[in-house]
Amino acid sequence: MAFARNQWYVTAYSNEVGRDLLARTVLGEPLVLYRTESGEAVALADRCVHRRYPLSESRLDGDTIVCGYHGFTYDQTGTCVFVPGQQRIPRTARVAAYPVVEQDSLIWVWIGDRDRADPTTIPRAPWLDDPRYTVVRGMAPLNARYSLLVDNLMDLSHETYLHGGYIGTPEVANTPITTEVDEERGIVYVSRHMDDAECPPFYAKSTGIQGRITRWQDIEFHPPCLYLLHSRIAPQGVYPPAEGEDSDAFHAEIVYAITPSTENTTYDFWAVARDFAIDDESVSEYLHQSNHTVVMQDVTALNILEQVIASEPDKYQELSINIDTGGLAARRLIARMVEAGTVGAPR
Amino acid sequence: MTEPAHMLTGDRIYRIHWMPGTDTLRGICHCGAERVAEEPVELWEWLLAHPYGHQSPEVVPPAPHAAAGTPVSPARSVVPA
Repeated sequence: MAFARNQWYVTAYSNEVGRDLLARTVLGEPLVLYRTESGEAVALADRCVHRRYPLSESRLDGDTIVCGYHGFTYDQTGTCVFVPGQQRIPRTARVAAYPVVEQDSLIWVWIGDRDRADPTTIPRAPWLDDPRYTVVRGMAPLNARYSLLVDNLMDLSHETYLHGGYIGTPEVANTPITTEVDEERGIVYVSRHMDDAECPPFYAKSTGIQGRITRWQDIEFHPPCLYLLHSRIAPQGVYPPAEGEDSDAFHAEIVYAITPSTENTTYDFWAVARDFAIDDESVSEYLHQSNHTVVMQDVTALNILEQVIASEPDKYQELSINIDTGGLAARRLIARMVEAGTVGAPR
Repeated sequence: MTEPAHMLTGDRIYRIHWMPGTDTLRGICHCGAERVAEEPVELWEWLLAHPYGHQSPEVVPPAPHAAAGTPVSPARSVVPA
């Protein structure tokens, strides 16, 4: 499976990167992440240039990493500043340093040609770092390829069958969608607006709504990595006013970052930001536990699916129907990014 | 179901509406051409082939190589632009 290089990927949450060394593999490239004493996040190649020992298994000395095997020492630019037993530092003694942007409580790393890294192209998820919202979050490593998680998230009709009793109700699978693609900006938008739906426990217990609801699901996917689900929940028949705040509804901004690790493994970063009951710790605990359960239901299913697909020939047969309209659009944009990112890139 | 408003704005937006109460999809190109179909794969192919097949039949240029072998016959043009 080819990766979309020359793109930004979420590699960690901000609070995962500190004065301990964190190992992550993104698009098959092993990285070590840490924070300098001044607080700047750093991502370096996680292999000592000497004998390939993982720098993530080493230690920090100030802002430098001292290799845990023979002491080769690297600064935050990846330049080797010390080798054992001799004065001369070989000219090629350096490890790659990756462009890093910390934004919206996410650590984005550019995988590709450094010269092409433009931080202004990183999509935003402002709810994750906004005092008007309370956020629960987690990360689930997936033993399945990236494309399976994209397919999963782009077609939420699976909620009815895989996540019944949590977030799925019959109306999700039964409600038609509208799909939009912005060809220039590379965005897929999928709207599913349910006028009269059963309230799933996920929202009944967290909002306190009793009875049926008007439920809107608006997916905004910024391939290759950032997936936003704008979820609006209101008592049945309550719609946003023509002007002003939509204060009679409950809003959850559900954020996923879908980051390929290797060809058959993926990081599933997930977060639920809500604008209701923001000081209620019991709601946070409930939503964290519930969404974790939902994510693990996906992980279990996709891990099974990976085993099946891995045993199939490359061009295995599929059947796409109306519910797949958004997923097909996402696949095409990703394929375009893979093609663009591999032109002139090392394979 | 309420008809969702158009959420994306821009000069090159492709849209596919699943017509409520039916199995039918309606594709709308940014050029204004529309077509209905019963499944999404061929409707995307027609949309993304813009401008090929999005004009009236007498001015349709030859299909590009990428679109060769991907007939759109199950789709029906409802608003030839």
